[in-house]
Amino acid sequence: MSQMETRGETQNLTLVQAVRDGLRDEMREDERVLVMGEDVGKNGGVFRATEGLYDEFGGDRVIDTPLAESGIVGTAIGMAAYGMRPVAEMQFMGFIYPAFDQIVSHAARLRTRSRGRFTCPMVVRAPYGGGIRAPEHHSESTEAFFTHHPGLKVVIPSTPYDTKGLLISAIRDPDPVIFLEPKLIYRAFREAVPDEPYEVPIGEATVRREGEDVSVFTYGAMTRPTLEAAERLEDEVSVEVVDLRTVSPLDEGTILESFEKTGRAAVVHEAPKTGGLAGEITATIQEEALLYQEAPVKRITGFDTPFPLYALEDYYLPEATRIVEGIREVAEF
Amino acid sequence: MSVLQRDSGEQIQVLSENGQVTDESQLPDLTEDELVEMYRYMKLARHFDQRAVSLQRQGRMGTYPPLSGQEGAQIASAFALDDEDWLFPSYREHGASLVRGLSLKRTLLYWMGHEAGNAIPEEANIFTVSVPIATQVCHATGAAWASKLQGGDKAFICHFGDGATSEGDFHEGLNFAGVFDTPNVFFCNNNQWAISVPRERQTASETLAQKAEAYGFEGVQVDGMDPLAVYEVTKRAVEKAKDPGEGELRPTLIEAVQYRFGAHTTADDPSVYREEEEVEQWKAKDPIPRMETFLLENGYLDTEGVEAIEESVKEEVAEAIDEAESVTRPEPEEIFKHVYEGMPERLREQAAEFEALRETYGDDAFLEGH
Repeated sequence: MSQMETRGETQNLTLVQAVRDGLRDEMREDERVLVMGEDVGKNGGVFRATEGLYDEFGGDRVIDTPLAESGIVGTAIGMAAYGMRPVAEMQFMGFIYPAFDQIVSHAARLRTRSRGRFTCPMVVRAPYGGGIRAPEHHSESTEAFFTHHPGLKVVIPSTPYDTKGLLISAIRDPDPVIFLEPKLIYRAFREAVPDEPYEVPIGEATVRREGEDVSVFTYGAMTRPTLEAAERLEDEVSVEVVDLRTVSPLDEGTILESFEKTGRAAVVHEAPKTGGLAGEITATIQEEALLYQEAPVKRITGFDTPFPLYALEDYYLPEATRIVEGIREVAEF
Repeated sequence: MSVLQRDSGEQIQVLSENGQVTDESQLPDLTEDELVEMYRYMKLARHFDQRAVSLQRQGRMGTYPPLSGQEGAQIASAFALDDEDWLFPSYREHGASLVRGLSLKRTLLYWMGHEAGNAIPEEANIFTVSVPIATQVCHATGAAWASKLQGGDKAFICHFGDGATSEGDFHEGLNFAGVFDTPNVFFCNNNQWAISVPRERQTASETLAQKAEAYGFEGVQVDGMDPLAVYEVTKRAVEKAKDPGEGELRPTLIEAVQYRFGAHTTADDPSVYREEEEVEQWKAKDPIPRMETFLLENGYLDTEGVEAIEESVKEEVAEAIDEAESVTRPEPEEIFKHVYEGMPERLREQAAEFEALRETYGDDAFLEGH
């Protein structure tokens, strides 16, 4: 819940602009930081997340690589181990898989394997999630692949302010961070973002809305429809919305504090149900706060199916109606 | 086609940029009707492409990857296949897929986000569209390998772009093809740009074709905007895949040198990373006027014939758009179908739960908001 106090000027930025702002600040502060990926240079990234960086820092620090995700992450690991602070961009989360071996077999284990001699202070950024009418493989939300794997931190911001602060924390982190950006809300709204660099700590959730009856845990692009659902339910159920912000390691303290107050919970994510974060959160509640529990934990998630082509994506993604219904079920149990 | 080409100056060409035959010995053995048909397909693909981009601009279709400039390579390479051969496309191969039996309506539906666009007719030997770069290369090798193990006599062509040659799957697919001597034609549409990254930033190799040498088989560079050269080179590669000569391996890597006139997709703005002057230079090599000149000057077609083709392709595309747009939004149950042969109970429950909610709240409750 902590937000570092910041002073001075702010700008109203979108989430994607906050990504660029965070990258730029860290590149100015630390010459070891570099950005690498497909189309991140002159093109400024397919979502314009690196716009202007090539002009400011040049091609040796804002690097257009060959089209090879395993190559990007694999060489970033080598760079990180050798003293750089690479931020590797995967163009879409759906294209991260060629790099999966490098991420899980090496980035996540380098510290362990070398008994601390070699480390991997690397960030892998990727836009994730559905709702933008995109072609196949451009809408998935597969953070659970990475949260399942020890040695990785997985961060998913939901606001421009958090995006910049969490990204800076991720770049400064001594271990590899998978930084997943909710592209559905890349440009959905603006927020005052400080000009100066600041950190939002990794591993801390935040309460977006306080309530007494039901705790709803969510993150990323699902935070907004969850808040909307809470609003719709205002007259019947007092809903607390917790934005996890970091999905690995989970902030058990904030989760449990909220649950022990309400005794009822739902989890909302767009990723499929089976093996998703909702199961992990539910199990944590069972293990740590069983005696507070007054209702089964409801999982409001994507279906256990491949993400459909976009004509059907609105049905696939949890939205306020499904979330309202789920919360009501928990409240009325 | 026995010389491995290392020098981009040696690429095979049959028709000059002005539509003049530059190498009689390489003229393909095609009838007048076949030549005209090939031309008509190219015109159809171009018109389809222009309309598709415009549909996207009008909000009638999602993101779409244009093919203009690449018709010569797509149509001619697909034309060079025998009926029983197989095509493993990338996501830009609307023209090649059309020749092989995938209707324009289906291609439109796919880019309109309908699962029905993914349903490939039983009689069409086309594999699914592969969006992740180069992944289909391994599938094409595997299918060709299976066919060989089964005693088959088919060729398997796989299309991909210049950027794909940087991916691990490209290397692995071609390496397996060499080791297991599979009946493959690897057709690289080198359109010079992988989104914003130019060909020379993908590899320090002089040509992409020369990468074949490392796998032990033949690589050839062809003028990809010369449909007759593409046809001839592909035809020979298909024949070799089926019936290699003494000491020859079956696979071939063809690098078809061409240019993407438009954006990578409708979500891309190429003016950010390339000069209009470069685009204009490549437009001088446009495969369509080149083929048209050849047909007109040889008397295979007259101007009335050209006009008639232009009219008929417009009608054909308009009809496909009408048909695709008349398809209503699929039912949510389509999300759950075809995940497995049978639907697991857990999935059935999820489908039922959603359907019950939809009955309670109505469709609009789920369609708004995103």
